[in-house]
Amino acid sequence: MPGRPPSVLVIDDNSVRAAIIEAGLREAGHDRVTVVTDVTGIAGRIAALEPDVIVIDLENPNRDMLENMFQLSRAVKRPIAMFVDRSDTDSIERAIDAGVSAYVVDGLRRERVKPILDMAISRFNAYSRLERELEDARNALQSRKVIDQAKGLLMRSRGMSEEDAYALLRKTAMNQNRKISDVAQSLVLAADMLGKED
Amino acid sequence: MAEIEIAAGFIPLTDSAILVAARECGFAEEEGVALTLLRETSWANIRDRMAIGQFEAAHMLAPMPIAFELGLTPLALEVVAPMAMGLGGNAVTVSAGLFDQMMEAESFTPPDPNGAGNALRAAIEARKHAGDPPLQFGVVHPHSGHNFELRYWLAASGIDPETDVEIVIVPPPFMPDALESGQIDGFCVGEPWNSVAVSKNAGRIATIKSAIWRSSPEKVLGVRADWARNNGHGLSRLVRALYRAAEWCGDPASHSALSHILARPEYVGQSASLVARALEGTVIPGASGEEETGFFEPFAHAATFPWQSQALWFYSQMVRWGQVEHTPANADKARRCYRPDLYRAALSPLSVPIPAANAKVEGALTEPEPVGATSGALMLGPDGFFDGRIFDPDKLESYLAEDRS
Repeated sequence: MPGRPPSVLVIDDNSVRAAIIEAGLREAGHDRVTVVTDVTGIAGRIAALEPDVIVIDLENPNRDMLENMFQLSRAVKRPIAMFVDRSDTDSIERAIDAGVSAYVVDGLRRERVKPILDMAISRFNAYSRLERELEDARNALQSRKVIDQAKGLLMRSRGMSEEDAYALLRKTAMNQNRKISDVAQSLVLAADMLGKED
Repeated sequence: MAEIEIAAGFIPLTDSAILVAARECGFAEEEGVALTLLRETSWANIRDRMAIGQFEAAHMLAPMPIAFELGLTPLALEVVAPMAMGLGGNAVTVSAGLFDQMMEAESFTPPDPNGAGNALRAAIEARKHAGDPPLQFGVVHPHSGHNFELRYWLAASGIDPETDVEIVIVPPPFMPDALESGQIDGFCVGEPWNSVAVSKNAGRIATIKSAIWRSSPEKVLGVRADWARNNGHGLSRLVRALYRAAEWCGDPASHSALSHILARPEYVGQSASLVARALEGTVIPGASGEEETGFFEPFAHAATFPWQSQALWFYSQMVRWGQVEHTPANADKARRCYRPDLYRAALSPLSVPIPAANAKVEGALTEPEPVGATSGALMLGPDGFFDGRIFDPDKLESYLAEDRS
């Protein structure tokens, strides 16, 4: 079917990431994209969809099961791992580093596959970045809470003002070459163990 | 001695012991190998990371290098097996419900493979009469010892693995949950995943690999062929480190320490007491233990020697189950993936006993027997198949013909 865009199946148990990839592919003009987050009954789905390209996250423990199924399924004719062009080691490495793998039906031309792979790689990377930022934000929030608790402890037990309590934490942290949140955490833990806070 | 850096992938299984011990107990270091171990979630990942050069070596299912060489995988890769990583270690576990059905149909004592096979056949017949759907069995990979020993046991018990049951692929750590939730009725997997299912009361062990085929191969050290060609000395050092590690793993005095190391979250991530069952041969609760002698053997009986006859047996099963067409060229490719020459080259400076032959008749020994070795004495374990068949690598054609009839 020349001219028709390849049909793409995205298998990812992370539904947020799958949605991000799907959106990216649709924006790029791929209207035949299907997302599967639960691999139960996948054989039937693949037979119905006859995908040309299958994108899957590398850490998915079901890769061995899926590969076996591709081999047995008549719908996917001789699927080959994305590394179809061994000379293109750069894009293979980028894919693995991003945590994405793909299977391509034999005969599909490379120039039609590459944009799909590139999109998947960039979206996987974008998702990882997003996750890291979220994690950082979560940590920052956690630190602020602990510092507030430690300040409260100092204010109550030593009658300090909030400003002085913070200054003491910061000075201790600088002297010990530690993070303020670590010093605060130690203080909260120690107070906890000494039973000063109920 | 300059250090050589080697990265190796592994799957969380008790039979990754040799690689883990080499890293954790100083055997790699003594050989000047800076060994990095990376835990993977699928055999496909191990293959892919090896293909792009992130791994030089890996814990591999013994038939995997053969499958690569025969072009049966979605990605081409050339891997050699200069060493095996132990004998046995797997079991066939069935759901508590199926175990009861089997017992009801024909009482047996696990791990007796004849009794368990007859009981399963009787249970399957009873299910057919009742109009129940076919049983589903999980194995870890199509090109695995698990798939082939399960099929061998079923077929020899009068059960057709293609029509009487369905065989599906399930990742090892998912097996206990899949059994518990009823997605599958049984599985063949390496430890500790049988013991995990047993300890959750989700399943019972029906039989074990070392009873289906005694002293049978399971994992190999897979090494990228181009790396092996260009790094002969590095490979020899790695093989020596793993040989010493295997020796340590095989010593009962090490079992407690080894089970605690393997239990760590970065390795198998299950309790040390569950991991220890495979090492001590006590996977079947309440059994006398005698039947489990040699359940998992990391060292003795030439457990690390890459017998080309075993590569050919795996090949015979690939042919038997339609994974590949038999041609003399294919058989030759399969045999040549296993590299006893590299094993000997690595170990000759140690003056340890090494089998003098590259192949042997599989299944002919009923008692331990000495084998011709380069130096010292080397005993092979009893290696019989439970149905008494014998695999003579020089008579491959007639062995294949027996299965076609």
